[in-house]
Amino acid sequence: MDSQTQLTAEELNEIIQLIYTQHGYDFSDYARSSLLRRVARCMAIAEFKTSYELKYNLINDKSFFAWFLETLTVNVTEMFRDPIFYKELREKVIPTLASYPIIKVWHAGCATGEEVYSMAILLQEAGLLSRTKMYATDLNPVNLERARQGIIPLKLIKEYTTNYIKSGGTNDFSAYYTAQYDNAIIHKQYREGVVFARHNLAVDQVFNEFQLICCRNVMIYFNQELQNRAVHLFHDSLSPLGYLAIGIKESLLFTDIKEQFEAISPLARIYRRKK
Amino acid sequence: MTKNSVDIVVIGGSAGSIPVICELIEALSSPFDFAVVVVIHRSKNVISEMEQILAVKRKEIMVKEPDDKEPIQKNCVYLAPQNYHLLIEETHSFCLDYSEPVSYSRPSIDVTFESIAEIYTEKAVAILLSGANGDGSHGMAEIIARGGIGIVQEPSTAEYPVMPQLSLDANAAAKAWTPAQISAYIHTLNV
Ligand SMILES: C[S@@+](CC[C@H](N)C(=O)[O-])C[C@H]1O[C@@H](n2cnc3c(N)ncnc32)[C@H](O)[C@@H]1O
Repeated sequence: MDSQTQLTAEELNEIIQLIYTQHGYDFSDYARSSLLRRVARCMAIAEFKTSYELKYNLINDKSFFAWFLETLTVNVTEMFRDPIFYKELREKVIPTLASYPIIKVWHAGCATGEEVYSMAILLQEAGLLSRTKMYATDLNPVNLERARQGIIPLKLIKEYTTNYIKSGGTNDFSAYYTAQYDNAIIHKQYREGVVFARHNLAVDQVFNEFQLICCRNVMIYFNQELQNRAVHLFHDSLSPLGYLAIGIKESLLFTDIKEQFEAISPLARIYRRKK
Repeated sequence: MTKNSVDIVVIGGSAGSIPVICELIEALSSPFDFAVVVVIHRSKNVISEMEQILAVKRKEIMVKEPDDKEPIQKNCVYLAPQNYHLLIEETHSFCLDYSEPVSYSRPSIDVTFESIAEIYTEKAVAILLSGANGDGSHGMAEIIARGGIGIVQEPSTAEYPVMPQLSLDANAAAKAWTPAQISAYIHTLNV
């Protein structure tokens, strides 16, 4: 462990149970091996030596939980993360979306929104943004609040511009934001069509029907059973022939519903729901 | 130690380890009755040529980067994907973790060794090779504490002796072997 904090499987169970009863978040079907490391990391940062201290704070300190949740989940994201994925979207998915009068896209586990703006830019370049309704959901309200603002540290823009170009983008990337002091603010037109809302993939249900769902680098934190449930949820939320995109290291092969999907880009992990 | 008691062999390496890793994989005779997991520190944005090097050397041995939640199978060599920690779930499947680097490394050898120690206990063999940092030493201790076998490349034979030396200093019970000895040992696991 990167810390001296040792946590037994038993203690982890108690903490999961406590988070559920006190705060209503269900982590029981998260992958135990990574969850254990995440919880131990939180304890190390908070300088807790025992799980008792963690439990005490989870019960008695309301502001502590917000910090804990933010630290527990991995929130790292990028604009045009995995450029090859966006390139494949441009070439294989976006053109077929054009045939729908109204396009609905769902970003599940959108974190701070970088993936959502990237998609909005792609759709805008294809002339489809004005008839697209985008839904971006996450478990964590703090992430959603940041996502709504569309503010990106200027120091990251160089990397994002490179990603954008690698994804096949040919415009001047600076046309998509306004620089203000140390920040880049994504233009309003890429944010205003987006509905940001809380949705927990572990417990919440289908809420609409989509032509494209992106759930990238989220299910990696789930165990096989929860992954399976989430993929069923996506299947039921897709229109026939709708697309599902998952993270580059994720796979549908280990779910019981893989037969219901066709891989249209094995490399970029883009699947299509069969009829 | 009889061959049936080993379910997994995990190899950790850093600078200077690739030739030795290839040698060890050469020593496997397919089919082998256990899984092999390789964790190497690689530079950040280089696409895995390692995977190719390993794959061409021994065509009948499958070397692959596992996907998240992929079940671990015997007679397979798995290479930890770049930029993720490689963990093991109770169900004997891989779990990729995008958490912060540990001691500047992701994948971290410690993280994988520790996870394997917890799940495979005395059925694990860990091998730590050449490298210029202190990764793997703590994980080696866990492997040994759980009853597994710990082997460290004899530092004088390593291109970068720091990593194996630190591990030996911290783990009296680890065996210090030359690459040839390690290969011979791996070979005995097959037969
Ligand atoms: C690593 S980020 C992925 C961001 C983006 N999709 C990407 O690929 O760059 C993972 C996000 O999943 C969210 N998350 C974790 N568990 C979730 C759940 N059960 N339901 C919805 N979102 C969840 C976290 O809050 C975090 O924002």
